[in-house]
Amino acid sequence: MSQEKRVQKEQSKWMQGKGPMSDVVISSRARLARNLADFSFPSREQKEDLQEVSRQVVEALQDLPYRLDFLALDQLSELEKKALVERHLMSINQAGPGPEKGLALDRDQMISIMVNEEDHLRIQVLYPGMQLQDALRLVDEVDDALEQKLKYAFQEKWGYLTCCPTNLGTGLRVSVMVHLPGLKMTGNLQQTLQLVARLGLAVRGLYGEGSESAGNVFQLSNQTSLGLREEEIVDNISGVIDQVVEKERQARQELLQQREVDIKDRIWRAYGLLAYARRITSEEAIALLSDLKMGIDLQIIEGIDSSILSQLMVLIRPATLQLINNRELDEAQRDIKRAELIKEKLGGGEKHVR
Amino acid sequence: MLCQECNQNEATVRLTKIVQDKKTEIYLCPECARKKGEFGLGEDPLSLHNFLTAFMGGDPEQQKSRSGTLTGVAECPVCGLSYGEFREKGRLGCARCFSNFADQLKPLVNRIHGREEHRGKVPVRTGGLIRKKREIEKMRKQMEKAVQEENFEEAARVRDEIKKLEQEMEED
Repeated sequence: MSQEKRVQKEQSKWMQGKGPMSDVVISSRARLARNLADFSFPSREQKEDLQEVSRQVVEALQDLPYRLDFLALDQLSELEKKALVERHLMSINQAGPGPEKGLALDRDQMISIMVNEEDHLRIQVLYPGMQLQDALRLVDEVDDALEQKLKYAFQEKWGYLTCCPTNLGTGLRVSVMVHLPGLKMTGNLQQTLQLVARLGLAVRGLYGEGSESAGNVFQLSNQTSLGLREEEIVDNISGVIDQVVEKERQARQELLQQREVDIKDRIWRAYGLLAYARRITSEEAIALLSDLKMGIDLQIIEGIDSSILSQLMVLIRPATLQLINNRELDEAQRDIKRAELIKEKLGGGEKHVR
Repeated sequence: MLCQECNQNEATVRLTKIVQDKKTEIYLCPECARKKGEFGLGEDPLSLHNFLTAFMGGDPEQQKSRSGTLTGVAECPVCGLSYGEFREKGRLGCARCFSNFADQLKPLVNRIHGREEHRGKVPVRTGGLIRKKREIEKMRKQMEKAVQEENFEEAARVRDEIKKLEQEMEED
């Protein structure tokens, strides 16, 4: 299998959905922004500079204690690039045009390094569940190893120098993807997200804006990167996540106690539609998968892995779906193939159908 | 307890401000707290665009210095980024830009992060001196602690190590 093919076909580790608090926390991410001291940043589009940056990074990758494969992004199709975005291994920005862009990935797709994105380097580590400490430890290790070969742009006062002033200092952005269907249903979501914002975190709906995210999946991340130590940034966000997880679990128990029939009806309806539908849009599927995951986490539904949402939220997206099917599909065809894939993942569900 | 601002409504919000290590606390009713603008959560309070607009336009003090210096700021000698381009996009062009535009950048950085100085990781290669400086700071604190605990032997030992490091720094 070629490198590119492997990237599409194999599952990223984070999609396997295991890890602490995985009933609420889908994934944990730590990202460091770094630039090389002697070259202009990618925004200046100085091709020679960026070429040299790319060359030095590829060379430095050879000596890392991890095996990372380097993909030159101009060698990939649009579809392949979009699929990498869909599984959160690179940014939308990185899939767009620009000279000398690259992506380095390890086999588990836990470590991904974007080359010549907004900064020369964006080093990212992605874990399933709530594992921010581990994510920080690994990204720090990768950074140390790279720094042995590369001369970073750094200043005493402002720390690691980044293209955008919002990333100065540590260059660290940590984010946690959480699934909050209980809070949504009890009507406490808005209030909780406001509290999170008040505690200094940025909140983003993964599929849509504000609290109207289909799938009830939200990404919480630190706003500021300068003036705190890396561990403090992680501790701060971890403290907030603990509270969010606690609130979400409470909300689910409350629902189960006070609206048992409502909640079970909703979950089994979601299962029914997912298992038997013949065509389904991304939006509908994500919303139903959110209900289904909650049903599994509440042990109302058994025999389906709770990572179903983490997996399918990537696999049913347009570019990935087309790559799985090895051909281009228009929207209507995608809806059909999406329904087939979900049915297969749910283990058939066709017992009573001739 | 009554709100310390309007003295009419029940205070339900405690507002703690820490400015340069000085802590002030006031108790407010929700309405006054909102008026104080400390809890503006509706829009994304930290969007770069808001920052830039506030930074470039809002403050009359800054407006003055802006018109006074705008044409005076030379473009970056390394990457050629002009102050106008930086202002428009809010992006820097290379490591050198940070010293070139330092005066203009400083209030923006403080506003974004609410803090002035990096306290995190220092790279080995480009940060050798800084690492030593940080180490010395840490050891000074150790020494003070030892003195307070009347552990003078330990204090003397740390003092000697500090001296050694300082010498190394001078030789560098």
